[in-house]
Amino acid sequence: MSLQLGDKTFTSRLFTGTGKFSANEVMEQALLASGSELITVALKRVRHTLDDDILRHVQHPHQHLLPNTSGARTAKEAVFAAQLSREAFQTNWLKLEIHPDPKYLMPDPIETLLAAEELVKEGFIVLPYIHADPVLCKRLEDVGVAAVMPLGAAIGSNQGLQTKAFLRMIIEQSSVPVVVDAGIGAPSHAAEAMEMGADAVLVNTAIAVSGDPVGMARAFKMAVEAGRLAYESTLAAPQTSAIASSPLTGFLNEI
Amino acid sequence: MRSDRSFLDVFEQLDWETTKQSIYGKTEADVRRALSNPVRTLEDFKALISPAAAPFLEEMAQKSHELTLQRFGKTINMYIPLYLSNECQNICTYCGFSLDVDIARKTLSDAEIHAEARIVKEKGYDHLLLVTGEANKTVGLPYFRNAIRLLKPYFSQLSMEVQPLDEAEYKTLVDDGLYAVLVYQETYHKADYKLHHPKGKKSNFNYRLDTPDRLGRAGVHKIGLGVLFGLEDWRTDTFFCAAHLDYLEKTYWKTKYAVSFPRLRPCAGGVELKSVMTDRDLVQLICAYRLFNQEVELSMSTRESAVFRDHVIQLGITSISAESKTDPGGYASPNENLEQFEIDDTRSTEDFTEVIRSKGYEPVFKDWDWALTHHAE
Repeated sequence: MSLQLGDKTFTSRLFTGTGKFSANEVMEQALLASGSELITVALKRVRHTLDDDILRHVQHPHQHLLPNTSGARTAKEAVFAAQLSREAFQTNWLKLEIHPDPKYLMPDPIETLLAAEELVKEGFIVLPYIHADPVLCKRLEDVGVAAVMPLGAAIGSNQGLQTKAFLRMIIEQSSVPVVVDAGIGAPSHAAEAMEMGADAVLVNTAIAVSGDPVGMARAFKMAVEAGRLAYESTLAAPQTSAIASSPLTGFLNEI
Repeated sequence: MRSDRSFLDVFEQLDWETTKQSIYGKTEADVRRALSNPVRTLEDFKALISPAAAPFLEEMAQKSHELTLQRFGKTINMYIPLYLSNECQNICTYCGFSLDVDIARKTLSDAEIHAEARIVKEKGYDHLLLVTGEANKTVGLPYFRNAIRLLKPYFSQLSMEVQPLDEAEYKTLVDDGLYAVLVYQETYHKADYKLHHPKGKKSNFNYRLDTPDRLGRAGVHKIGLGVLFGLEDWRTDTFFCAAHLDYLEKTYWKTKYAVSFPRLRPCAGGVELKSVMTDRDLVQLICAYRLFNQEVELSMSTRESAVFRDHVIQLGITSISAESKTDPGGYASPNENLEQFEIDDTRSTEDFTEVIRSKGYEPVFKDWDWALTHHAE
């Protein structure tokens, strides 16, 4: 059941984030309930000390931080932010986010590839947030990223797996773990991604903005576990009707 | 981005009176259609700001609340203005800093800037809005560059609400670390604009209208727009502002946008208001903006009353100030004789953030990092 990613092994396949919560205490309880072992934090939201308000609430022994470069518009800005984040958080893990479009926060594939190549050379464990583009995933794999994080739908949109057809191609072809990021708005969406064979999902808004973030975090935990178990158990193939006769090949029985 | 475009081209296609009639001619059916559309157009926006939308205020508020929550989460960004100077060469009929208003003039020295910075930093602020009048000889590009240099070590994000500058000047300031520029057109009614700005560089309507284009080309991270409510019919003025926003988003797609809602406040030498905007009107407008544009930052200052501010943080406002002083040097040594206008909500940052928390929102003081602008060195 465990997931090997970079130099770490994860029991939980639910990755989470720290944005949009009503209070840091609520965030802490929700993230504990989620069982998540990898938690992304925006560099721009934290003061660069480990006693920062947000960071103080995500320091449980099983939790690892995944700093992200949200706010960067170019490869150059992202690389600079990454270098600073490595010093501030004392980790070489990085969620590479370059979305120059502030409206839909669509990731820039060109800048992301450039930054990923540079950051891998500098020794970072890079997890890039990208559109569900199978070719881009292979290109990123070639430059040495630790995983790819294609989107299911726009960040925060809660629209589910709008990119399903392309996620299937990515999962089929990838040699690195595939983490479906963004757009997962309900536990059923997370379960669906896991059933398809995604290695993990990242969920933030759907938990943070729900009526009861702790309850919702538990629901996502269960959904991710159920989806993974279903994938590992091999789903029965769906049938639209019973197969009664063989009009085209039945003759073979008669000759 | 194309450098030959300007909002002036769009503006010249729009006629004030026709627009006004169109807004006031919107019907209940137009409002219902606007409310049910998944993506809303400028025509829908007209319906939502029209008198016909008034009976739908609660429905608009609920939709606005949901859209804001989805996009911004349960958070409210905090900022504070820092008035650097009240020197001004313009005559603006409504402004306490106007050249013809007999008040003492003051521009902060380096030592005074440090003193102010220490005090607002102590209150917890990390996002600062620098404000001045327009005195290009004493408070021009070199002064702003120096202020940014002095303030950088204290704050994570520096924005400006000062006189319009040239594109090259903005470029310099962006390279120095400037994050956002707020430049309100005040009114999009050209004749009334002339009436309220009879003297000084600000009397050039087109130069001001073209400012966001210069900012977009200079690559500033965020541009703030707004209308000063009270000068002209707020619905018509607001439509022009929304059209401006719509044009800018499509032209400078890497830039963030913010809208503010300043209603005229009593000030030295104040003008009589031509159009009064009620609290109900303002709520309608805030919700209409959110329904029109889920991503735009909606900002509110301490011009508004405590009770009003306490409620609009749930309605679509995403950025708010507290405990502001509108006189240069006012945090270290308050002097009412120097201020631009009287603020209404005078509560402390601590008291106000307590209210924000009690409403189920996290007040966010830091949402930017120099790492994201300091890449040039």
